[in-house]
Amino acid sequence: MTVLLVAFGGALGALLRYLVDRAVQYRFGSDFPWGTFTVNVTGSAVLGLLIGLAPGDGVMAFAATGLCGAFTTYSTLSYDAYRLAVEGTAVRSASYVVGTTVAGLLAGVIGLLAGSAF
Amino acid sequence: MTDDEDKSPPARARAEFAPAVLAVVALGGSLGAVARWGLVSLFPSAASAWAVLGVNVSGALLMGVLMAAVTEVPSLPRLTRPFLGVGVLGGYTTFSTYTADVLALDRFAALACLVLTPVTALAAVAVGVRGARAVLRR
Repeated sequence: MTVLLVAFGGALGALLRYLVDRAVQYRFGSDFPWGTFTVNVTGSAVLGLLIGLAPGDGVMAFAATGLCGAFTTYSTLSYDAYRLAVEGTAVRSASYVVGTTVAGLLAGVIGLLAGSAF
Repeated sequence: MTDDEDKSPPARARAEFAPAVLAVVALGGSLGAVARWGLVSLFPSAASAWAVLGVNVSGALLMGVLMAAVTEVPSLPRLTRPFLGVGVLGGYTTFSTYTADVLALDRFAALACLVLTPVTALAAVAVGVRGARAVLRR
């Protein structure tokens, strides 16, 4: 049962990530990965919120492990950071990684606080 | 993010939002998420942050290999990157669990996880890209 919840959440998360990423890149089109930045930061906020709310195991398997897990990505983040370092500068690459990490942690804290308040 | 950047915007949008592309992204995402969940659940929950680190670093390595492969081997099917890159590896690796783990871990472990993840994942991408390129160009 858990495997199905994770699989369904994962399918939805990956699809949403793709759609949000494309929408953001169309709008703010540049070689800077704002689309991946957006999904990673919002996904961290939603996961924080879920952890704060502490719902049942089924909801966590679907929404946390599946949806938030697949909505956010580390492989694309790492590849884009590598690409920015190779094609651009180390500063650009480092600011992308540090910027995403700091924003993601802040978003996670805000989500946690909001979820715990309920 | 895609190999359609030389096309006009409408043609690009049609190619990027083709039903087959969306389907393989979703299918790949479910496979990747299940693989991550399966791997992480092999470890005791106290060690899950380190299992996630392993997932993210291995996913970064495979992403490096994949990106080198799609560049070096133009004859690969068009759905290779949406399926394996956006779907499977995107669903397998996770940023939100990483930030949640850093926030939940004790001070020293949190700092180690915070720093080790990006450093090792970036090194893994470089190894993946260069290793695959070296093999494919032989």
